Amino acid sequence: MSGVGTRLPKQDGAAKADGSGVYADDISFPRMLHAKILRSPHANARIKSIDTSEVLKYPGVVATLVGAELPIKYGVIPWTHDEQALCTDHARFVGDAVASVAALDERTAEEALKLVKVDYEILPAVHTPQEALKTDIKVNEKAKVGNITKHVNLQFGPVDEAIASAAAVTRETYRYAGSTHVPIEPHCAVARADGDGNLTVWSSTQIPHYLQRELSRVLELPQSKVRVIQPLLGGAFGGKSDPFALEFCVAKLALKTGRPVKILYTREEVFYAHRGRHPMDMDVTVALDSGGRIAAVDNKILIDGGAYASFGLVTAYYAGQLLTGPYRFGTYRFDSYRMYTNKPPCGPKRGHGSVQPRFAFEVALDEAAEKLGIDPIEVRRRNFIGEFVETVNGQRITSNGFMKCLDVVEKASGWRERHGRLGRGRGLGVAGSMYISGTAYPVYPNEMPQSGVLVKLDRSGRVVVYSGASDIGQGVNTLLCQIAAEELHCDPRDVTIVAADTDLTPVDLGAYSSRVTFMVGLAAREACQKLAAKLLKAGGETFAEACQKAEAAEGAPLAATGGYRTQKLGGNYRGGTIGASPAYSFTAHVAEVSVDEETGIWRVEKIWAAHDCGRALNPTLVEGQIEGSVYMGAAEAQMEEMVYDEKGLLFGPSLLDYRIPTSLDTPDLDAHIVESNDPNGPYGAKEAGEGPLHPAIPAIANAIHDACGIRIRELPFYPNRILKLLKERRA
Amino acid sequence: MAKTVLIRLDVNGEKRELAVPSQRTLLEALRYDLGLTGSKQGCDKGDCGACTVLADGEPILSCITLAADAQDRRITTIEGLAGPQGLDEVQRAFADCGALQCGFCQPGMMLSARALLNSCPKPSLDQIKHALSGNLCRCTGYTKIYEAVQVAAGMRAASDRKPVQSERAEASDSVAHAPKEFAP
Repeated sequence: MSGVGTRLPKQDGAAKADGSGVYADDISFPRMLHAKILRSPHANARIKSIDTSEVLKYPGVVATLVGAELPIKYGVIPWTHDEQALCTDHARFVGDAVASVAALDERTAEEALKLVKVDYEILPAVHTPQEALKTDIKVNEKAKVGNITKHVNLQFGPVDEAIASAAAVTRETYRYAGSTHVPIEPHCAVARADGDGNLTVWSSTQIPHYLQRELSRVLELPQSKVRVIQPLLGGAFGGKSDPFALEFCVAKLALKTGRPVKILYTREEVFYAHRGRHPMDMDVTVALDSGGRIAAVDNKILIDGGAYASFGLVTAYYAGQLLTGPYRFGTYRFDSYRMYTNKPPCGPKRGHGSVQPRFAFEVALDEAAEKLGIDPIEVRRRNFIGEFVETVNGQRITSNGFMKCLDVVEKASGWRERHGRLGRGRGLGVAGSMYISGTAYPVYPNEMPQSGVLVKLDRSGRVVVYSGASDIGQGVNTLLCQIAAEELHCDPRDVTIVAADTDLTPVDLGAYSSRVTFMVGLAAREACQKLAAKLLKAGGETFAEACQKAEAAEGAPLAATGGYRTQKLGGNYRGGTIGASPAYSFTAHVAEVSVDEETGIWRVEKIWAAHDCGRALNPTLVEGQIEGSVYMGAAEAQMEEMVYDEKGLLFGPSLLDYRIPTSLDTPDLDAHIVESNDPNGPYGAKEAGEGPLHPAIPAIANAIHDACGIRIRELPFYPNRILKLLKERRA
Repeated sequence: MAKTVLIRLDVNGEKRELAVPSQRTLLEALRYDLGLTGSKQGCDKGDCGACTVLADGEPILSCITLAADAQDRRITTIEGLAGPQGLDEVQRAFADCGALQCGFCQPGMMLSARALLNSCPKPSLDQIKHALSGNLCRCTGYTKIYEAVQVAAGMRAASDRKPVQSERAEASDSVAHAPKEFAP
């Protein structure tokens, strides 16, 4: 039987292989309308009036929609409801949604958008977080003070004293560029309303439950009347974990017209929807004592948030809270501002909030260790925090396989023989990191389980698992088959998964914060174990026979539920629960780069990555998560950046201009799984989907230093930046 | 309004006649007129490769090919890759090797891989990278895709590397500034 720990092929593999799998844009209904959204051409503008009277005269147009028809503000975090499906009076970035038109076909809707008359009063705009701190211009009224979405200032221990008495100190400024998720599937949503006022929305979302809540609030429908279904999802990476304009628009238009409505974003609109990596400017101080131990870390972080909050309140915390492992910090302080600016809103991209400070810190650690003459891997070993310990900011670390991760990448890369010895233009660099396996708390406070699973046994021997979790490609549905097989001793191919349908499945909070394997895994195991006990008692020659005997004994159909109940965790201070996780994953990378010192052109030759995922419930899927993470991290170091002009217009919102790596740009990736068997995770498992991204960027930066002696502190590591640093070094 | 044209397409061995607007792309004709939704729209500009289909065995981008220009060519979509005996070796290998995650780029990716293996049954890693460089994947880092192509070509077995076990590890220097410990 293919239980946990096996390389069971994906449960949806055949449907994805033969083209029969249904994604949101593959859904269509008779009489379905297609809608498009008109977007603001201005970065900051008062909307004086919107006139759609000419639009309805255009042949083929069925309905129009403006913000006044659904004015209630929403947002994924309940404390920062600061955006509208369509702006009523204020457009805050180039690309902000202003009006929508539904027509018989997409092309007609697109043409008819030109007839919407919007009278804008153009306002001066705020383009950088530095400007946002100083200006009187208000980007978003939700900010209580100036343009601040959130300010966090936390200190643990006497930081200044520790820095003053340290043996080696680095104090530098780092700049992390914004990047975006680029799922290959653009966002798409379809809505249908029935005669009884029940609304169904199919959407490419990774948060069906939160979307259901926000649709209910904005449309002023009881939550029980709103059903959200997530079909197969073509990539997300955090980019589909907010409610988006299209979901509200199709829902309202479906209610208005009584016909099914679809919106498919163009690739350009996906760039405006964004919620990608926050640009951060960081002033980082790292102080080591004479033994190379981390005496103090001090980080001032200025975060460019864009026009809306999204998860920004959390970002301001994560930028500091998630840095305190796998190393011991003697003292620690961070001060972070998440600012509103007139640009597409940033949000959670894989490794939310913590990738940027991790880059700065791991480079600074290397630099400080160099001053003391300590090998980069050695300094990381020397500062290892251990297992079953509390971090400086009060987070509980359980299992921790970081030392083994270092061992694995050191050996695989030939570090001891090769680091510092590869000659000019070629080098090795190392970095480590830690990440959460889910957050201890849901985004809206409640005492209900974060995740629920219902398992039903049929007398035929078919097992049906009802799970609210979103399979966004990471393979949670496959994992559910494996857990059922493990506990019930059935064939995993006899398991049907009913997933991510708010009417049919128990609530799961969504595919974010790397929570799914841990929380859904525990919920599923609990449900299956209840049924396994009944099957064992009933006995039988075959699985089907056991199901029949157990059902006879029960006198009712066999089903059981399981839940993941939130543990009380975190530091005892305001914000101490943010960043608290039931378990943390750990990662180490070694990167090898080559640099042409004449041109500054460089490439990543190879990255060795070792990731402590607790236990690999499916090694193939875990390796896939590691490889995908490393690729995405390397891409941010190599080439990806959201670039805007002086008017706030995004340069080249297309895949030709915003380049992502092809097969030819991607380095060789060597992924190693390390198992630390966490006592609290399902079968020992922790997360694997986001942690392995973090070390890629600093490992590459440190490798560039090994190759040619420069310290690059600004992303992406464009060749012209490398060349400039090389020239400065020679001067 | 665009004028309507009558076109004849040969898709997966079936001859079809369609009346479509003259600007209809092949991707639109496949997805909207023929219901072959396995071909995906990722960018609609020829940048991402998700819409790749085979025309006389050669990969083409159906989102920037007019349906009318695809007449007289044998079009193969992902729905036509499997035969009566089941999935093609490429499809089987992609599923077995975990070469797919979200699966959205996969139809185009597999058709490019099939075209490569038809012309070059035992490709080198470099040849694989070049052949797939027009198909963007955002999930996998391509590593398992290369593996799947090699498995489909009969050049290797699927990876089966064992995880490394980590024993309980103590902090390196528990005297210096030992954090608070607790029982597991």
